[in-house]
Amino acid sequence: MRYSQKGMATEENKNASAGPVSQPASQQDFVYLPLIAGWLVPGAGHFLLRKWGRGALLAASILGMFVMGLAMHGRLYAGAHDILDILGLAGDLGNGLLYIAGRLLGLGAEQVQITTADYGTRFIVVAGLLNVIAAVDAHNLRTGRKS
Amino acid sequence: MSHFASVVFFALFASTVFGITQRETPRRMVRYGFYCFLLFVGSAIALSWLMYLIAR
Repeated sequence: MRYSQKGMATEENKNASAGPVSQPASQQDFVYLPLIAGWLVPGAGHFLLRKWGRGALLAASILGMFVMGLAMHGRLYAGAHDILDILGLAGDLGNGLLYIAGRLLGLGAEQVQITTADYGTRFIVVAGLLNVIAAVDAHNLRTGRKS
Repeated sequence: MSHFASVVFFALFASTVFGITQRETPRRMVRYGFYCFLLFVGSAIALSWLMYLIAR
C-alpha cells in the first residue's frame, strides 16, 4: 500500500472501528439509514447509532434554532423566484420534516417586514444547514470514518 | 429579543453542532465548540464597534 489510508472508510478501518462495540444487527443492512433519519428528524441519525448525548445536543440545537427563527417571525421559503430564494429554499429543506410540518401548518411569516424577522429567516436556513452537517456526521459514524 | 441576544443564541447553537461534528473526542468537542462560540461572539462585537466608529 503506497499511501496512508488512515481515516478512510476501507474495509480494514471499518472492521477496526467496529471493534468490541459492533453495530446492532438491525443497522448493518442499510448504511444510509442514519443519514436519511438524521436529515428527516434532527439528531435521529445519532440516536440510531446509540450516541444519545450527541444526538440530544444536536436535536436541541437545531430544533432550538428553528423554533427561535419562527418565533422571530422568520419566513419559510416556499418558492424559488431568484437565486437567493433558491439558496434559501435549499437551506430550509435541510430541516427535513420540520420544514414540511412548518409549511403544512402555515408557520412562518408571509413577508419579512422587520429586522428581527430577517434574522429569524436566517436562523431557519442555518438550522437546516446545521442539520445537514449533523446528518453527514451520523453517516460518517456509521461508515467508520469517524469514531 | 435584542440583537445581541440573537447573536449569542446563534453562536451557541452553531458552536454546539460544530463542536460535535468536527471533533472526535468529548474533550476536543467542548474545546472546539467553546472556541467557535468565542469567535462568533467576539467577531460580532468587533465588527459592531468597527461599524460604529465608521458611522460616527
